[in-house]
Amino acid sequence: MKCEELLKMLNEYVDGTVDPTVCEEFEQHMSGCNPCQVVVDNIRKTITLYRNGEQYQLPIPFRDRLHSALRQRWQEKRK
Amino acid sequence: MVTVDESELVTRAKAGDLEAFEALTTRYERRVYTLALRMLHNEHDAEDVTQETFMSAVEHLDGFRQESRFSTWLLRIATHAALKIIRKRKGLDTISLEEATDPAPDGDTIPHPDYIADWRQSPTELVHSREIQRLLDEALETLDEKHRLVFLLRDVQGLSISETAQTLGLSEPNVKVRLLRARLLLREQLTRKLGDARTRLIRNHNH
Ligand SMILES: [Zn+2]
Repeated sequence: MKCEELLKMLNEYVDGTVDPTVCEEFEQHMSGCNPCQVVVDNIRKTITLYRNGEQYQLPIPFRDRLHSALRQRWQEKRK
Repeated sequence: MVTVDESELVTRAKAGDLEAFEALTTRYERRVYTLALRMLHNEHDAEDVTQETFMSAVEHLDGFRQESRFSTWLLRIATHAALKIIRKRKGLDTISLEEATDPAPDGDTIPHPDYIADWRQSPTELVHSREIQRLLDEALETLDEKHRLVFLLRDVQGLSISETAQTLGLSEPNVKVRLLRARLLLREQLTRKLGDARTRLIRNHNH
């Protein structure tokens, strides 16, 4: 396997959906190719960071409006 | 409130307990808002989507069967509401985003990793910093919409490839190509900022 081919299989490898024989080749390549190993590690960290990153706070006036609209709709619906 | 289990809150809300519903709202409103903001890049539109999502949850709570997580259900509503706005912006009603964002067949090439280095800190150390949040958003903003949406749905929201394809009206191979490109582009940018220059590696192109 070459770096180029590894790159094409990156999604499947990172997501754990790669075919076992391909996976073996993939890992064999990585053990002899430091750059590919680091790229895979960087990608994993990139995804983790986006997935677990901080969420934005709602602007307070909007949050107040939202909750009062919800309360109102809730009451109407349950009359 | 953090200790109360999601499904218990849902059960109570379905039984008519407003307080439980508000607790659920408080728990997930930031996720919904952040997703909408990242999809739409506009605070006003993100507020509209957030409001529409929770209003729709009030409306359809009775029909929500607790087979999926409540948060998954909410985020799905939010995604569709945000996509509706994106389509409207493009002046489209029903045409799929495939045509909207990609008139020509996808000729995406794979971007080659250039800056390759270990990160100075682990994601766990980085995750709560404001500065990182800004960095993540700046990197996301440099992506085309077609790459950004696929990345947000698949990697941030955690949809499967096939769910992402269905939601966006794309083929699965197209989703995969876009996802790969998005991941590589984001990796490149984050590593330039977060990488340890001393560990930088140069790829051997003849390899
Ligand atoms: Zn390699």
